Amino acid sequence: MTAIESTTQVEIKNLYGGYDHETVLEDINLTIHENDFIGLIGPNGGGKTTLLKIILGLLPYKKGSVLVMGHSPQKGRQHIGYVPQFAIFDSDFPISVYDVVKMGRLSGKRVFQRLTGEDDAIVEEKLAWVDMLDYKNRGIRELSGGQRQRVYIARALATEPELLLLDEPTVSVDFESRTKIYELLHDINRQGVTILMVSHDLNVISSYVKTIGCLNRNLHYHGQKEITEEMLKSGYNCPVELIAHGLPHRVLAEHQEGR
Amino acid sequence: MTELLSYGFMQNALMAAVLVSLASGIIGTLVVLKRMVFISGGVAHTAYGGVGLAFYLGINPIFGAVAFSLMASFLMGYVQRKTRQRQDTLIGVMWAIGMAIGIIFADLTPGYKADLMSYLFGSILAVTNTDLLLMLAVDILVISLVALFYKELQATAFDETFARVRNLPVDLLYVILVAMIGLSVVMLMRVVGLIMIIALLTVPAAIGAMYLKNMKHIMWLATGLSLIFTIGGLLISYYFNLSSGATIILVSGVFYLGALALHRFCRRCPE
Repeated sequence: MTAIESTTQVEIKNLYGGYDHETVLEDINLTIHENDFIGLIGPNGGGKTTLLKIILGLLPYKKGSVLVMGHSPQKGRQHIGYVPQFAIFDSDFPISVYDVVKMGRLSGKRVFQRLTGEDDAIVEEKLAWVDMLDYKNRGIRELSGGQRQRVYIARALATEPELLLLDEPTVSVDFESRTKIYELLHDINRQGVTILMVSHDLNVISSYVKTIGCLNRNLHYHGQKEITEEMLKSGYNCPVELIAHGLPHRVLAEHQEGR
Repeated sequence: MTELLSYGFMQNALMAAVLVSLASGIIGTLVVLKRMVFISGGVAHTAYGGVGLAFYLGINPIFGAVAFSLMASFLMGYVQRKTRQRQDTLIGVMWAIGMAIGIIFADLTPGYKADLMSYLFGSILAVTNTDLLLMLAVDILVISLVALFYKELQATAFDETFARVRNLPVDLLYVILVAMIGLSVVMLMRVVGLIMIIALLTVPAAIGAMYLKNMKHIMWLATGLSLIFTIGGLLISYYFNLSSGATIILVSGVFYLGALALHRFCRRCPE
């Protein structure tokens, strides 16, 4: 492997994607490098989940190219730890915390194999990392929103991923747990796991991510921490609505503040 | 009681109760957790088309039921996965068409048709040795497949998207599951009749899911409960001269309502 290959994890070029009669993403270009911590913001319906699904090979795309770890998404996704959107889970499903995290140890290659003591050790280690080891025998339905989210993060970590994808990790989570989750992600990133997170929760996102982008059909991402003037232009309405909710000043680029 | 057990039909009925409970406990748990109750009801009713056709052709109705129920499982499974909208409508329509086909073929068949009723309402006391062998075969198949794919079945029931990202054979597992549902349905049909299958398939597992959080434990509890319901219902129906299928279902219904009430009453009951 050359140096360039080893640092590029996801390479998306001129991507168009969406559903049968509807294009949700237009001309997306995004390169994710090793150790990035990218936060993508955007309004609902702006294509955030669609982009994640394409990277995960769950949704075919219409045009362009997507490489995950140098392979097709279907092949490369085994290196991705995925934390789906909260709402898709059946909140009453009878399963223990431990069994949920153990799912991270499954893979297509291991269908007929038993899980081993080594797998158990990994599950325990990840549970400890997200500070949920004490709850391992609890039912998932007994947990609070924030606790559950940490369990799903542990499950994604149990796949020993190079890249973590999170879809709205703080929806239906109270403020205190939100901070805890972002601090956890910060720590995970420091330990060498790349993170791509989509959210509409810019206020908190901004203080933890390394770079920020805006997705609303088109992607405005230049590997910067600030939201640029270009992103703010009307027509890309995503940051505009966020500003209305009290965007922290330091997120805005200097020349913006000076005006 | 000893006298009761000396009857051949009663021995067969008790064996049928055990065999059927294994399938309803194991497959019922997957049906409930994966929210496939409606599909299972649809498969059961569509199977009647096969019973009617087999009657008309003069072959063993079980074969007709197996053919139709497997066909219906795959068709409805496909509809549920591939169509984005109106799945319940499509399944409901197939449900009724299957039933109608059965009735029309029954009309076309000359002669005595009382036996057809036993497929609608079940008759555990009329279970034959052939039926028992078939049930045993289905049980062996179901238990082996579930044991083989247990962790994957659990993962897809909980979160299919994650399972897909882990490259688990999600679609293959789904096909296997609907096929197992189809076979279990035929087997339960002999005991409670196709109209009431849905209850025996869901009630034991639903009670288990209320109180337990380990899928394996839910399967065992559901099997035990199913056994209690079938044997309890069978005895009650025998002593009071009632329809066995309906009695079994009413027994499970009473247990279900009781369990539900208890669960509501103490939310933090034994987990």
